[in-house]
Amino acid sequence: MAGAREAILNAIRRGLRRGPLDAERRAALERRLVEHPSHLLPAIARHDGAERVRRFVERAEAEFATVARIAGPAAVPGAIAAYLAQRNLPSTAVMAPDQWLERVPWEDEPLLRLRKGRAEADDAVSVTTAFAGIAETGTLMLASGPASPTTLNLLPETHIAVLRESRVVASYEEAWQRLREETGRVGAGLLPRNVMWVTGPSRSADIEQTIELGVHGPRRVHIVLVAEAGEGGDGGGR
Amino acid sequence: MQPTSHAFKAEAERGLFDAALQRALGKARGTFLDRRRQAIARLPEFEALREIARGIKDHTLANLDAYLEIFEANVRTNGGEVHWCANAEEARAVVLSICRRLGARLVTKGKSMIAEEIGLNDFLAAHAITPVETDLGEYIIQLRGEPPSHIIAPAFHLNKEEWAEAFAKHHPGRGARPRTERKELLDEAREVLRERFLAADVGITGANFLIAETGSSVIVTNEGNGDLTQTLPRAHVVLASIEKVVPTLEDVSTILRVLARSATGQDISTYTTFSTGPRRPGDPDGPEEYHVILLDNGRSALVGGEFQDMLRCIRCAACINHCPVYGAVGGHAYGWVYSGPMGAVLTPALIGIERARDLPNASSFCGRCEAVCPMKIPLPRMMRHWREREFERRLTPAASRYGLRAWVFLAKRPALYRLVFGLAARLLARLARGRGRLRSLPLAGGWTLGRDLPAPEGRSFQDLWAARRRAGGG
Repeated sequence: MAGAREAILNAIRRGLRRGPLDAERRAALERRLVEHPSHLLPAIARHDGAERVRRFVERAEAEFATVARIAGPAAVPGAIAAYLAQRNLPSTAVMAPDQWLERVPWEDEPLLRLRKGRAEADDAVSVTTAFAGIAETGTLMLASGPASPTTLNLLPETHIAVLRESRVVASYEEAWQRLREETGRVGAGLLPRNVMWVTGPSRSADIEQTIELGVHGPRRVHIVLVAEAGEGGDGGGR
Repeated sequence: MQPTSHAFKAEAERGLFDAALQRALGKARGTFLDRRRQAIARLPEFEALREIARGIKDHTLANLDAYLEIFEANVRTNGGEVHWCANAEEARAVVLSICRRLGARLVTKGKSMIAEEIGLNDFLAAHAITPVETDLGEYIIQLRGEPPSHIIAPAFHLNKEEWAEAFAKHHPGRGARPRTERKELLDEAREVLRERFLAADVGITGANFLIAETGSSVIVTNEGNGDLTQTLPRAHVVLASIEKVVPTLEDVSTILRVLARSATGQDISTYTTFSTGPRRPGDPDGPEEYHVILLDNGRSALVGGEFQDMLRCIRCAACINHCPVYGAVGGHAYGWVYSGPMGAVLTPALIGIERARDLPNASSFCGRCEAVCPMKIPLPRMMRHWREREFERRLTPAASRYGLRAWVFLAKRPALYRLVFGLAARLLARLARGRGRLRSLPLAGGWTLGRDLPAPEGRSFQDLWAARRRAGGG
C-alpha cells in the first residue's frame, strides 16, 4: 500500500522522536552490516579438529539422524547401498545433479538406480551433498542452487546427505563465514534462494506435546560422512 | 479473528470447569518446563546470550525505520516484492490480489500468528479460495473450527481422543477403523496434507525473523510443513510484522540459540529455513514469486513508549508455559490470538485496552514470565502500566476504584489508618473464630468464592514494629 509505507516509517520516527537517520548514523548501520560482528560463541560452538567432528556426529545422532563414517569418496556408493538394504528401503533414488556426486564411482553398485534432478511426489529416497555440517547442534546446512534442488530435502521419505568432513564447522557463524568466503558475495547477493538448517528427521509434538518422528518432511535423515576431501574443492557441490 | 477478550472472566471460569481441557493442560505443561530446564542446563552461556539477544533487538528497534528500508531494498534486489500494510484489512487485500492474479483456488499455510491476527482463513474462504493449514496443530483446530490456544502449540488444549474424533469425521473413507495412536494420526495427516502441498497454488508462511543484511525471511519449524508450503507452489507469501527484522545473519544466529531452548526445550528446531527471493535462473525448483507483507497493525505506536520492550518478543511461549494463570484457564479464555503474559500485554496494545481490560489483571504477579523470557521483557511491569492506564481511563471496575480511593484517603492519615485497620483486623479475627481463615466475606463474595481469606492474627505489623522499638530493637 503506497500510503502505508510512509505512514509506518513516520510513526516509528515519531516514536523515536527523530526524523530519518542522519548520514552519519546511517553510515554506522551500513558499516555494522558490512562488518556483521559475531557475538559470544558458547563453548559448544567452539570445538576444533577431531573433537568437532565427534560433536557433530553425537548431536546429529541425538536428534535421530543416523551417521555412517567412511574413508573416502570411493566408499560412498557402497555405504548408501548398505544403508538402503539394511532398512529394506528401495534401491531407486533421485540424486542432486552435483559434480562432486557425479564423480563418485556409482558403477561399483549396479543395483542402485539413480535419477538426477529435483524430487517428485513419488520419489522415496534422495541423495544430496551438504554445504556444511554444524557441530554445535548436529545440523546440516543445505544451500539451494542448480546442483541442489530444495525438493530433495523435503519430499522423499528418506534423505541421504553426503557430507565431507572438511565441511564440518563448529558454529552457525562459521558456516556463514564459509559461505561469505566461498562465494565472495555480500548483502542481497549473499544467500542462495533457500538455505535450510536441518537437524534430524521431521517431527511433531503437536499431539499431547509428545514427539513423534516423520510428519511432513523426511522420516529418515542419513548422513554419509566422508573423511577425505576427495578431488576438487568446489563449494560443497553447489 | 474477532476478539472475545472482553469476556475473559466468563471464559476463564468455563475453562476451570472443563474437565477435558484441565486434563490436556495437566499433561502438557510439565513436559515444556522440564525440556526447557534441561536444554538451558546444557548451555552455561544461556544468561549471557539472553543479554546479548536483548541488546540486538534494542539496537534494531532504535533504528527500526532504517533496517526496514534496508530489508526492503534487499528483497527487491533479489526479485521479491515488499508490501507495507498499516492494518489487517490492507494485508488481507494484498494476499487476495496475489491469489486472484495467479488464479489461485487452493492455498497452503504454514503456522502464522499474523494470519490469525488478520483473520485470513475466513477472509480467503469468503472469496472462494480454500486455505489449508499444514502445521498439525493448526490443521486440527481448522478442522474443529476453533482458534489456537497457544502460540507454538495451537492444539495445546486437545487430547488425542479429540484428534481421533476430528480425523474420523473429516477424513471419510480412510482406514476401516478409527486411528487412535499418535503415530497413526500423524501418518494419516501426512497422507492427507501431502496431496494438498502438491496441489496448492500459493503458499503462505509467517516469519520468525527478517534479515536486513540479506533481504531474507526465516521460519523455524519441526514438521517441515513450512518448507513444503513455501517451496512447491508458484508463489510464496510471507506474513511478517514490522518488529521481526534483525540486522545480520550473525545476529539471528545468536537469537536462534535462545529461541528453541526457551520454546520447546530443543537445542534447535528441526528446520530453520532462510528464504531469499524467488527461484533463480537455473534453479530446478522453488516459487516463481516471493512476497513479503510487512504488517504494522498498531505496533509502530509502541515504538519509543512504555510498551516498546514488547516488540523484542520472539514468540517462544516460555512466559505462557510458565504462567500459573494460563496453566489454570488455558489459552482460549484470553479471547484472541495471543495468550498468557505476552498476550496480556500485547492484546490490549493491538485491539485496545477497553476491549481487553481483564487481561492485564489476569496475573498473580509471580514474575516467572519475566524470569524465563529469553528477551528479558519486563512483562509484569507492562501489565502494571496497563492497569494504571485502566485506572486513569476509569476502565477499572467501580468497586476497585472506590476501594483504592478509600485506601488512599486512609493511608494519608496514619492515625485514622491504624484505628480503622486495627478494628478491622480484630473484627476479622473474631469472625474467623480461631479457624484461621474466612470462607466468605461481606462485600467480597466474588473474591472468596474461589479461595479463603487468611484471618488476621489480631496484631498488625505496626503494632509489632512499635513493640519491637520499645523493646530497644532497631
